[in-house]
Amino acid sequence: MDFLYRPWPWYVAGPIIGLSVPALLLMGNKKLGVSSTLRQICAACYPAKIPFLNYDWKKDSWNLFLVAGILIGGFIGGTLFANPEPTRLSPATVDLLHRQGIENLNGLMPVELFNWQTLLSVKGFLLMVAGGFMVGFGTRYARGCTSGHGIMGLAALQWSSLLATMSFFLGGILFSYFVLPYVLAL
Amino acid sequence: MKNLKYTLVGIVFGLALTKGEAISWFRIQEMFHFQSFHMYGIFMTAVPVGALSLWIIRKLQLHSADGQLIDAPVKPYHRGIIPGGLIFGFGWAFTGACPGPLYAQVGAGYLVTIVTFVSALAGTWVYARLQPYLPS
Repeated sequence: MDFLYRPWPWYVAGPIIGLSVPALLLMGNKKLGVSSTLRQICAACYPAKIPFLNYDWKKDSWNLFLVAGILIGGFIGGTLFANPEPTRLSPATVDLLHRQGIENLNGLMPVELFNWQTLLSVKGFLLMVAGGFMVGFGTRYARGCTSGHGIMGLAALQWSSLLATMSFFLGGILFSYFVLPYVLAL
Repeated sequence: MKNLKYTLVGIVFGLALTKGEAISWFRIQEMFHFQSFHMYGIFMTAVPVGALSLWIIRKLQLHSADGQLIDAPVKPYHRGIIPGGLIFGFGWAFTGACPGPLYAQVGAGYLVTIVTFVSALAGTWVYARLQPYLPS
């Protein structure tokens, strides 16, 4: 069971992630995509007469089964078989994060930033509430996320997916370099 | 339940995301600062594996288990690609999560990320509400 505790190198994790593309196609001609499930849940829970949310969401409910699996996968890999060692980040990143005031680099999230107390501070509100909001708003506006555009769309050689993926990275680089340092200093 | 097989794919996908540390906030910062090859290695292997399998499936004109001829997705350009993509990128840098990891982070025991997830739902809902007024 040692391989479940240890982190997987990119050349193991990447190909497995890529294999979800043919798996879904062969099972039911389904195209990998995750952000559409956020729309599905909105449509199921609170469609509020909005045209974009009034459709037969049950017809596409296969993707809700997919994301239930992702949650279970996260539970197996991150809770049941959590890596006991700190992530082997590059020394430059360790240095950067320490300079930004993040001491605890254990686990998958900086627990000193992401906890219920900081949620009530400006910093925590921006990182979790505003951050999550932008993920939900942006992915739907771009009609896809890292899975739908970044993996499925690129695998299907779609130009718009390449443009979308470049936009994801550009947005992330801009905020990580120029905005996050100020938020972390709050 | 005919849809349960997709849960199996999700479990393997979510496990690879988690064990590959693609759901790690730290790894995402490292990626955006170009300080490690790790995350790029994941993309650079996942995409060709997906592309090659799609190409073989299309070449052999394979059918899915439920009898449909498998086709490739078509994603036409629209005016939301760049602004939407940038906004998502901003949120990705803050949360360390794209939509797949939103689910996996909760599963990995970081329960406060339920807030991130619910906010993402709110973002999607507000997009839906504003959709008639946004260029698309």
